[in-house]
Amino acid sequence: MEVRREPLPPTSAATPGVPEHVDPQALGVRELNASQLLRGGDLLGANRPAHLEAADLERYVQERTLTTTLDRAVAWARSNSFFPLSFGLACCAMEQFHAAGPRLDIARFGYEAFRASPRQADLIILAGRVSIKMAPIIRRLYDQMLEPKWAISMGACCSSMGVFNNYALVPADKFMPIDVHVPGCPPRPEALMHGVLKLRQMVQNDPDAGWRERYHARGTEEILPSPHAAAAVNVPLEGDTAGA
Amino acid sequence: MPDATELELIAQELRAAEGSAQASSGSPVLETVFFRGRATLVVESERIGAVLVRLRERGYGFLASLHGVDYYPHEPRLGVIYELLDMHKVDRITVKLRLASATPEVDSVTPQWPTADHQEREVHDMFGVSFRGHPNPRRILMPEDYEGHPLRRDFPVGGEPVLFTYNEGETRGSAP
Repeated sequence: MEVRREPLPPTSAATPGVPEHVDPQALGVRELNASQLLRGGDLLGANRPAHLEAADLERYVQERTLTTTLDRAVAWARSNSFFPLSFGLACCAMEQFHAAGPRLDIARFGYEAFRASPRQADLIILAGRVSIKMAPIIRRLYDQMLEPKWAISMGACCSSMGVFNNYALVPADKFMPIDVHVPGCPPRPEALMHGVLKLRQMVQNDPDAGWRERYHARGTEEILPSPHAAAAVNVPLEGDTAGA
Repeated sequence: MPDATELELIAQELRAAEGSAQASSGSPVLETVFFRGRATLVVESERIGAVLVRLRERGYGFLASLHGVDYYPHEPRLGVIYELLDMHKVDRITVKLRLASATPEVDSVTPQWPTADHQEREVHDMFGVSFRGHPNPRRILMPEDYEGHPLRRDFPVGGEPVLFTYNEGETRGSAP
């Protein structure tokens, strides 16, 4: 993000503020002060209007303006307001809770709004073991999440199945795209925090991470095929008990 | 735990009661094992229901747990273990039976002990033992369409090759 910030020019006024001889409650004075503030003047009262003109005004505006592209601004906003899904699978979830607790406090970065519905979430943290019976359910949750969406695979189990590398589990990469893997068994909350901040960096640097291409995931968006369709693409039809 | 003498007495009682009830089929108790303070009755699989009811009348009214075992490569290959507890005397007894792998079927004890419901389903799921008369004989842990019984000893350990950056291309697409 490009920031142009130069030192302010020295002002002649010693201390900004309302001079004592002006009634600070007078409406006219306050309006004038407000307009002067908007134009870059100090609060000097009604008798000493200070207007910036021409080059000074231009310079002042530039000092107070950020120039960026819309994409970058949107990526910045997204990366600082993930809405994680309230979702825990196993022991890693305990560490995930602690990342939201007061010591690490992911609210500092704007991720504290854990949503109870995938329709309101854009980040899923797979915290724990994924059994082959759970995998289709997780995939459905992921498909239901808002776009753009991200996924963090937390811990050894759902990244590489860890010590449970047997008949029962499946690694998360096999059925959904994962943006960040956090190693550990379980990872400490600090490690999860590091992973989330890595994801933030990823989103800021490259808003389109291209995961749909990487994972051949075109067409998995859950959309209504037409306004008159009975149900969305991935919504189970009547009689479909898979995953029930 | 019943001591070795009491275990023999229980076995004798069962032999007398069940043997007289079904004179043609012989003794329901095949063997008694007393090892390191644990009393075990090895019974004939067809008579398990009657034996457990007798033991319940004798005080062992609580079915603490029910397990499956695979004795591969020995035959009869599969086993089911019932752990009974007498809550008044705080006394435990183990009942074992063996099942041939060709016909791994045994009567369900769920009608007598409702707690056996899920445990029998698990044994069915993991070892492939069929429990006759079970009210809901489905898999409990693995998906319904899963093939095989994972805790049998000839079941492959399975697992997936771990996906690292260096072998990302090799393993992609090999998922089942």
